[in-house]
This record gives sequence, C-alpha cells and structure tokens, in this order.
Amino acid sequence: MAKIMFLNRKAPHGSIYAWEGLEVVLIFGAFDNELAAVYMDDAVFSLKKGQDTSELGIKGFIQTLPVLEDYGCETILVEKESLDARGMTADDIAIPVQIVDAEAIANLMAEQDVILPF
Amino acid sequence: MLHIVSRSPFSDDSLKSCVRIAKKDDPILLTEDAVTGVMPGSAVASLLQDAMKSHAVYALSADLKARGVDRMLDGIKVVDYAGFVELVEQHKPMTWL
Repeated sequence: MAKIMFLNRKAPHGSIYAWEGLEVVLIFGAFDNELAAVYMDDAVFSLKKGQDTSELGIKGFIQTLPVLEDYGCETILVEKESLDARGMTADDIAIPVQIVDAEAIANLMAEQDVILPF
Repeated sequence: MLHIVSRSPFSDDSLKSCVRIAKKDDPILLTEDAVTGVMPGSAVASLLQDAMKSHAVYALSADLKARGVDRMLDGIKVVDYAGFVELVEQHKPMTWL
C-alpha cells in the first residue's frame, strides 16, 4: 500500500488542473492506497462554499467534494496561510478539512511515497 | 526531499510556496523558466537569499544558458543534467507544478 498525496495549488474553473486533481483522487480510490489531499494557494477556492458554475456552462465539482472521504481520501489538509492571504476562513470551506500550517504539510509530504501536483 | 521548481517566479507563486513548505536542508532545484529568478537585483532576490539560509539552491545549467542568464546571486549552485540525476538519486523528488 502506497502513500499518495495530491497537492492542489490552482484555482478552479479557469484551468483543468483542479478538476483533474479531483478526478484522479476518485480513480486512485479504486485501489488500496493511503490517500491525502492538500489544498493550498489558489486551490483553496476549489473548496469554497457556494460555488455555482451554471452560468459558465461547465460542470462544477463542489457536489463531488464530499465523496472524497468515501473514496478513501480521509486526510484533507488546507493551508491556513493560503486562506488568510485570500481573506478566507474555515467558515468558507464546504467540506470537513483540517486547517494546518506549512510545517504540518511539510511533515506529511515527507512521509509520502508519491506526490502528484495539480 | 528535492523540490523542483520550473515556473517563472515573476508570474507564478510556486517558488514562494515551495520555500514556505520545504523542510530545513531540503535542496531546491530551479529548472526551465524558474532559473530566471537567480539574477541579482530582481524582485525575487530576497526570497532566494532567505531560502539559501536553510536550503541549497541549484539552477540547471542548460536552462541558464538557454536564457542567457549570465549572472547569479551569490550562493546559487549550478548543476548540469548529470548533477540533476545525482540530486534525484540522493533525494526523493517533488515537482512544484
């Protein structure tokens, strides 16, 4: 069983990264691995409450986020400094997450077998 | 862990975020457009100087040469492709996309 981290750093909707970063978690959920997702920098907007992409004519993924845990991704970390820098707080986040500092992310990163950046 | 940064630090936060997250003594390798950050007097000079207090910072020679980057902050170490491979052999690599 490998430890795999998905490191998300891009804002949603403006590029495909955030969407792909979520899809790949769901794919890896089919295998027996220990999964962790990290959201930092603009990726904190991927977890923002109240996203509605209907006027963009694209599929949003805010509805998909709550299933991450069911797919075996039980560790979801959000970097506090990234939230602070964007005027966001824990109340803005749509799903249960752990809000942590850079050091906690670094420690978890050091334990991983594979880190996939998105 | 070897942190590999390839995006220009003037248009992307990856170097800044890498420096924030990297553990003390983890080496940082600048490749592709990220090597543009090593010129003295730039807007990211102080970020790199601070980074060099706790990390070895390398820049890939082929990318420096390709971009005509002919002067560097003191302390930046230049590596060629063989040096890149050695770094990857010694440290688990992590790419900052």
